[in-house]
Amino acid sequence: MNTITMQTTLTYKPINLGRWIIWGMFALILIIAPMIFNKGASLSILSQIGTVMIFGLSYNMLLGQGGMLSFGHAVYSGLGAFFAIHAMNLASAGSMWMPVTMIPLVGGLAGMFFGILFGYVTTKKSGTTFAMITLGIVELVFACSLMFPEFFGGEGGISTNRVYGEPIFGVTYGPQIQVYYLIAFWLFISTIGMYAFTQTPLGRIINAVRDNPERVEFVGYDTQWARYLTLILSGFFAGISGGLSAINFEIVTAENVSALRSGGVLLFTFIGGVGFFFGPMIGAIIGVFLTVMLSDFTKAWQLYLGVFFIVMVMYAPGGIASLIMLNLRVAKYGKFGRVWPHLWKTCLLALIALVGIVMMIEMLYHLTLESVNGTTMKLFGSMVDTAAPTGWLIAAALLAVGGFGFWQTKKGFSQVWGEVSTEIEEQIRRAGA
Amino acid sequence: MSELSLELKDVRKSFGRAEIIRGASLKVPKGERFAIIGPNGAGKSTLFNLVSGRFPITSGDILLNGESIVGLRPFEINRRGLSRSFQITNIFHRLSVYENLRCAVLWSLGYKYSFWHRLNGLKDAHERAEQVLEQIGLKRRRDTVAGLLTYAEQRALEIGITIAGGADVILLDEPTAGMSRSESDAAVELIRKVTIGKTLLMVEHDMSVVFGLADKIAVVVYGEVIACDTPANIRGNQKVQEAYLGGHAPVAEAGT
Repeated sequence: MNTITMQTTLTYKPINLGRWIIWGMFALILIIAPMIFNKGASLSILSQIGTVMIFGLSYNMLLGQGGMLSFGHAVYSGLGAFFAIHAMNLASAGSMWMPVTMIPLVGGLAGMFFGILFGYVTTKKSGTTFAMITLGIVELVFACSLMFPEFFGGEGGISTNRVYGEPIFGVTYGPQIQVYYLIAFWLFISTIGMYAFTQTPLGRIINAVRDNPERVEFVGYDTQWARYLTLILSGFFAGISGGLSAINFEIVTAENVSALRSGGVLLFTFIGGVGFFFGPMIGAIIGVFLTVMLSDFTKAWQLYLGVFFIVMVMYAPGGIASLIMLNLRVAKYGKFGRVWPHLWKTCLLALIALVGIVMMIEMLYHLTLESVNGTTMKLFGSMVDTAAPTGWLIAAALLAVGGFGFWQTKKGFSQVWGEVSTEIEEQIRRAGA
Repeated sequence: MSELSLELKDVRKSFGRAEIIRGASLKVPKGERFAIIGPNGAGKSTLFNLVSGRFPITSGDILLNGESIVGLRPFEINRRGLSRSFQITNIFHRLSVYENLRCAVLWSLGYKYSFWHRLNGLKDAHERAEQVLEQIGLKRRRDTVAGLLTYAEQRALEIGITIAGGADVILLDEPTAGMSRSESDAAVELIRKVTIGKTLLMVEHDMSVVFGLADKIAVVVYGEVIACDTPANIRGNQKVQEAYLGGHAPVAEAGT
């Protein structure tokens, strides 16, 4: 009797509950997101974020989990998108059967196929050589896209109409909301799939390959084969995201297979954080906001994106995800109260300095590019004359006050942060010993 | 015990024009513990690198359990039952101690490159990893990231990764290098414990470790095995004395 109760207590795993809660919350957020963000273009932005999330997660299978810096990941999503859009055109012409719901799978299989093809070459090498070869491949595919206009559609790309065939339960994929839920569905499945991958033998071995490829060879694994298989799977998920973007935009151009697109996913994934599974999802949100929203407001958006990326690489190489996790860790050990007074002051002053910098950049852009139409511009809700010194003085004052204050408070913050981190590490060490 | 685990037949290795290993021959019977000693730069580590497939040999033959392993890649040699450790700690820094060991057992349990098994559902891999964890005495550090372990703990983990796959031939490259007396005593006990019933080859500078562990000692000087005998005989061997006294570390003194 006693042994039986013992066994039942042993099989109880509370961690599973947490897992269900997290995945349940994720599903819930996906379902209610369009109800909360229901204004203007927000639905199309949400749809785009969904596809970029899958793309970023698939890229992180290489970069974060396998230590493979690829400059050509758009090849897999882009070719997946081209195959998906051709499948849609064929299906609507009636020459093959393929409902829109399954189109992402066509993209996935195409991505996987090209993973098998190109991955065989790229994964023969690792590190810098791998990065170089991926850059070569993406340029090659991009060049091909202009050489074969029948398939790639030349400059104009290939367009399609996603509304074809008989509607199933009234779903035509005409309205954007239906496309959003299709993307959300595939995002949910793909995220589960990619998370599950991290919990498999290959998923763990690719971590080992990232940490120390040489040693992996001496525990019986061929590192090249591990990289190759991971790249094929990553290509599959990238292809799914390509298929979804083909449905979402109803057009695929050569830009989809370009080095530019590949660089974009690298940027977003890194900003989000490569060290955590969910990092690329944060990166996708930030990335889409920066490229779609910011470009509406300012001409200098690429400058901001570049500066943001540089600041992240230099001061937070773990990305936004690691910043969140570090703060959560401090909170978990009940020390956030000590950090907070310094944190908000530092952030506020940094924000003031940032406003100053943004003002200067915007005024400079206006002055150099648009002064023919008058030197006044609207900035943070008020009219500013970029030719008069007032605006510049305010900007300089903000920058000076914010910058100096930031420099001052930063010392206190990093000191407290250092103390807290040391204490936590000490606590962890003592708990372990 | 006449069966040989490992046999080197006139192995030669040149780097450019410099011949580092100049016709080394060695016979290691099954289940014996061999120590390889020799002055610095004699080619002991190079010999290990050749046997484990890290470098290709220039000429000669290496037999593992009677079969030639010349030209095979390191992972192929490992799959045939030979596992090695490294002089400079070579572990998976960002993975936990437990994950380090689990990685090391996966191939031997036949999981290969599986992406359809759930890692946490693999009872045998879990049990084997826990068992090795217990053996190398790092149970309390189970979930610590390997890069944060102390030096001696990392060396123990290095041995753990080497033996976890259950290979019958174990090569340890200076397992106690850089350790304090008490740490190295603990390491000797650990090595003795985990290599029971296995063939062990060990490069070692610490003579108390060598004489405490080895059944036989092979002396490598200038890329050749100049003597291979029991510890007692090696201590009295004229050629060995000469090689060491000819300007290198004194073996007689350290051996007492």
